Amino acid sequence: MSDLPLSSSDQPKGWSPGRTLLPSGEQRARLRKWRYFKNNFSRYGVGSGGIGVVIALALIFVYLFYEVVPLLRPASVTPQTGYVIPGDVHAETYYLTMERYQELAVRFSSDGVATFFEPDSGTIRRQFTLPIPEGVTITSFTAGEPRGRLVAFGLSDGSAIVAQHAYNLTFPDDRRHIEPKLEFPLGEVPVVLDPDGRTITHLALERGSQGYIAAGLTDDGRLMLSRYTTTTSMFTGEVEVRQQSHQLPTPPGQTERLLVDSTHRSLYVADTEGRLHYYDISSPAQARIVDSQQVVAAGEQITAIDFLVGTLSLIVGGSDGSLSQWFLVRGADRVQRLAQVRSFEPHSAPITAIAPELARKGFYVGDAAGTLGIHYATSNRTLLKQQLTERPITHIGLSPVNRAMLVLDNTGQLNFLNLRNPHPEASLQALWGRVWYEGRSEPDYVWQSSGATDDFEPKFSLIPMTVGTLKAAFYAMLFAIPLAVMGAIYTAYFMQRHMRSAVKPTIEIMEALPTVILGFLAGLWLAPFIESHLPAVFSILLLLPLSMLVMGYLWMRTPATLRQRLPAGLEALLLVPVLVLVVWACIAVSPFVEVWFFSGSMRQWLTDVGITYDQRNALVVGIAMGFAVIPTIFSIAEDAIYSVPKHLTQGSLALGASTWQTLYNVVLPTASPGIFAAVMMGFGRAVGETMIVLMATGNSPVINFNIFEGMRTLSANVAVELTETAVGGTHYRILFLSALVLLILTFLVNTTAEVVRQRLRQRYSNL
Amino acid sequence: MTFKHWLKSGSPWIWLNAGAITISMIMVVGLLTLIAVRGFGHFWPSPIIETTLTDADGESITIIGEVTRSQTVAADVLRDAGLEVPENLLLVNRYLIKQGNRDVWGRDFVWYSEIGMGEWDYPRDVMRLERREWGDFYGYAVRLLANGTVVSEAVDEGFWAELQARIQRSNDLFDEIRGIERGAIGSINNALERVRLGERRLELNREAGRIDQAEYERRMADFAVQRQRLDEDYAVLQAQLDQLYVDVRRDTLVAAVADGREVEIAVGQIIRAVQPNAMVLSDKLGFYVDTLWDFFSGFPREANTEGGIFPAIFGTVAMVLIMSIIVTPFGVLAAIYLREYARQGPLLRIIRISVYNLAGVPSIVFGVFGLGFFIYFIGGAIDQQFFPAALPAPTFGTPGLMWASFTLALLTLPVVIVATEEGLSRIPSTIRQGSLALGATKSETLWKVVVPLATPAMMTGLILAIARAAGEVAPLMLVGVVKLAPTLPIDGNFPFIHLERKIMHLGFHIYDVGFQSPNAEAAQPLVYATALTLVLIIITLNLSAISIRNHLREKYRSASD
Repeated sequence: MSDLPLSSSDQPKGWSPGRTLLPSGEQRARLRKWRYFKNNFSRYGVGSGGIGVVIALALIFVYLFYEVVPLLRPASVTPQTGYVIPGDVHAETYYLTMERYQELAVRFSSDGVATFFEPDSGTIRRQFTLPIPEGVTITSFTAGEPRGRLVAFGLSDGSAIVAQHAYNLTFPDDRRHIEPKLEFPLGEVPVVLDPDGRTITHLALERGSQGYIAAGLTDDGRLMLSRYTTTTSMFTGEVEVRQQSHQLPTPPGQTERLLVDSTHRSLYVADTEGRLHYYDISSPAQARIVDSQQVVAAGEQITAIDFLVGTLSLIVGGSDGSLSQWFLVRGADRVQRLAQVRSFEPHSAPITAIAPELARKGFYVGDAAGTLGIHYATSNRTLLKQQLTERPITHIGLSPVNRAMLVLDNTGQLNFLNLRNPHPEASLQALWGRVWYEGRSEPDYVWQSSGATDDFEPKFSLIPMTVGTLKAAFYAMLFAIPLAVMGAIYTAYFMQRHMRSAVKPTIEIMEALPTVILGFLAGLWLAPFIESHLPAVFSILLLLPLSMLVMGYLWMRTPATLRQRLPAGLEALLLVPVLVLVVWACIAVSPFVEVWFFSGSMRQWLTDVGITYDQRNALVVGIAMGFAVIPTIFSIAEDAIYSVPKHLTQGSLALGASTWQTLYNVVLPTASPGIFAAVMMGFGRAVGETMIVLMATGNSPVINFNIFEGMRTLSANVAVELTETAVGGTHYRILFLSALVLLILTFLVNTTAEVVRQRLRQRYSNL
Repeated sequence: MTFKHWLKSGSPWIWLNAGAITISMIMVVGLLTLIAVRGFGHFWPSPIIETTLTDADGESITIIGEVTRSQTVAADVLRDAGLEVPENLLLVNRYLIKQGNRDVWGRDFVWYSEIGMGEWDYPRDVMRLERREWGDFYGYAVRLLANGTVVSEAVDEGFWAELQARIQRSNDLFDEIRGIERGAIGSINNALERVRLGERRLELNREAGRIDQAEYERRMADFAVQRQRLDEDYAVLQAQLDQLYVDVRRDTLVAAVADGREVEIAVGQIIRAVQPNAMVLSDKLGFYVDTLWDFFSGFPREANTEGGIFPAIFGTVAMVLIMSIIVTPFGVLAAIYLREYARQGPLLRIIRISVYNLAGVPSIVFGVFGLGFFIYFIGGAIDQQFFPAALPAPTFGTPGLMWASFTLALLTLPVVIVATEEGLSRIPSTIRQGSLALGATKSETLWKVVVPLATPAMMTGLILAIARAAGEVAPLMLVGVVKLAPTLPIDGNFPFIHLERKIMHLGFHIYDVGFQSPNAEAAQPLVYATALTLVLIIITLNLSAISIRNHLREKYRSASD
């Protein structure tokens, strides 16, 4: 230590000899503690933040799954209460149903009484007795489509009485009150069905757009058909009924059940030998049996039969427990015949009750062993099969919104059950397989998520959009791969250095170009342009590569002095005027080509030779989306080729290989995984692209690979339909499923590409 | 060298490869040129032509309008369409002429073929009126009326100046009207809505038993007083507005259309009157700047096909700003965690690849997630908890600015993480080791040495994220962007920033105006201009990101040497 005295100005304030400049031990300990704390705080803070972000990103997968999973869940029922059927226990129950709030249920029975009761307790609220004339008895019963709430009783004097259960909704004191009533749309006086006055043993009734239609079988075997139209008097409010009656050809065999559809065109007669006869009654005077089919196995009987909502399909239940769906299909000879569309998981005992849903194509089945089955037609799903009682189930009454049901067994014991059946429409078969939809002549892949009517059968096949997605990606890749990969090869390997430093960022910046701009240009500029310059498009495709080769050959023939004056790697620059000229020439000549070869319009010519041409088609999408993925492919492929270790190429060149030989035999094999990764990345981007396909195609979900037709992709479908669906509904969840499919698909593709790329990087560093 | 040799040398392949990159470059440059020419060209005053069209029977009509574009079609096609075309013609030009006057002609864009078309004149006194309704008007001014009496005839000296002065006056009045409607009346409506919600909240509180009847009535009375006062204010403003509307209806311009008919146009309907054929270059430049400014600062009119894009720019910027505030800290934290703290191993590699790959997941998937999770799940819960008074009308349980920003933040997280990680990995380990050797703790090294050095990388990531967010449309269609938002998300009414409001967005504006608009032809120039704006913003952002990145690379190259 030197003993030079410190000048006073160098000394800190308050300094005195014998004191150290260091903070005291206590302070240092505190500081250390504080620093330790900060260190830990930072560590855990960053840790939790980072993990949080990773979890948030993982949440995307989890949440999409969470929304999709309910699609696969089966239905469930929970028994609430059970009691003896309200009303006269000894009378036969004809029909059971509920209103939409599940506050009231109604039972129609053979004593001509409609009993309204509370389904959760069985307490009777109101009872109505039908105005049946003296001395006449009820001999048959039928119910129309459940959503029409119509029932009809056939009487022993050849007449029928039609009733409708209805509900008045009021809100006294802000509380809902439902008052049941019974209406008689054809008047309280029974309408005549058989003018001869014979007993009606079987009855069918349906309301249509023009009125009511009833079919009845008399005890002497005559099949009668009547149409009723009503006019309500403006002043008195009285209903006047007009009637047209016809006698139809007698059905063969012993009739079991009559059914008539709501278009008033078809009458079905089921007989006791398991056959179903179809009458065409569109003109009742000429009505006849058009087709008869054995609808259950030979020797078995039809034990239950009913329409699905819309009255297009029939569900047939057999004594062997079989369940099948039938509807009319127009054959090659333009005659409609009954066809078995599908059969459902059979029950082990005879089917005793079928109750169709009111707004969907599902139905509920009870069998003689007391098993309840919930099935859905379109998706061919069995959502539930559960033993409810030991006794045969005779009737099922369903809430219109599918939230509750009543199940009656043959001892008169009534069970009230809560029901959960939110997504019966989706199944693997319905989403990814061919489905035979109502009214179509064969099974098909169709996406049609909503329709104009209530009884519309939603068609949820994801195949059209998947094919559309692949089609769009395919044409985009067809356009992008040659341009991007070959461009990358040239840029990385041949191009002059200065030019490369300008070209590469220019192409790469295009990756950030909003696709909405590409889509808008494709839809509003490119599509009309291509339509009016079709010959130009094809001649450009053909002539551009040719002109490159010609230019190359001519360049080779130019005097060597000129060639050597220019540095190597400027071929691309030399080609600019040539290519621009060729493109311009093609466009200029295009109208003449159209006039000379295609009588004025190539588009019209294409239509004439039978090729459908949409203005916004796969060609437009291919070019626009190809343009969008070129930067992705180019950038990664260029990197892969450029970073091939230089000593490899130099070695090859030193051994006397030409540049092309070096490229082809050394560079490309080394870089090929990188190029593969680039193509995968490009494909991933093309698959998920939304705006371009939304704007540059017609968005019609058709299945074909015609380059002149449009398509709808999964992503565009989600963008178009998701905001218009009911939250939590089947359609909503299916759209989530398509998003999930997209996510998984692109994730797999990208991961493959990323892994390949990382391997490649490893390899380069080892070389 | 013979042809055969040339083929074998591989040279043709080199030329083909060169051709590929040339085509790509031509496409890129061509695309940008197309957008730039159409976008910038939209504001330039194009000349108005006047010509006659004589049909086969000798009947002739006069056409006044702007030539939008021309097309060459085969004569046969026109013959098929029923037009009489001379036999010797092979090809015919036709012109799409914007003849405006939608209220008079019904159609404002019409194709005319060159057959029977006379010479094109460019009369100096033909004018174009930009109107608030019915699109542009083309024709000749005849006279100016004020309250039905003639003020000036077109032949008079100073007529044009008089017209311009009166248009200026009516525009000023309109500004005043809009000021009142958007400003004062807007805040009164806002206050009324708050009163309504307050009353509803009181009612809910009373039903739940949180306040007693007396308290309820006292506070209800307060609200009644407030409502009363607001209604009075409103009545005053309404009277003021009525007077302004009367004022604005004072003047009328009588003008003649192409066929000589005279029509009356309220001066209050006119935004701008120009005679492009009489303009000299300086006039045109002035007009250009003027219309360009109106485009950026104005509100859209006529179902977005005319007017400006200010709300769309504002919405885009607001959304991107909020997104940046969310994405930066989380992205940086995640990157630091992955690079500095997490234990490196196979699990981390999987996580890292997954995070990187999310950048390649289709954006619509994020939109679906945003709609389902943010809006219906979280937003629904927020509404139940904090905004029960507004129910059943959703507050946050519906698409809006906040959810759009959140969705985009999630979408751009991988971008920020990747860029930041790259920045962190570029920092030479010598710097880190130096800091640790001097006794700094890990967190001190991190926050005082490493992170500041990596800031440019984070900036790069953020800029790239912003560029991506600004151009993204598909997810926004689901989570909060609408074609026409009545109010801006930020205004003078409490609480000033309205995160629950729906916004307009440049990208969606392009989609909507280009594809959903009833008058696609009229909307096209505007779409190009909007597209140009968006492209410029995004290219600028990307270029700055690239320059920051290059700068950064240079910096560390010298540091690690």
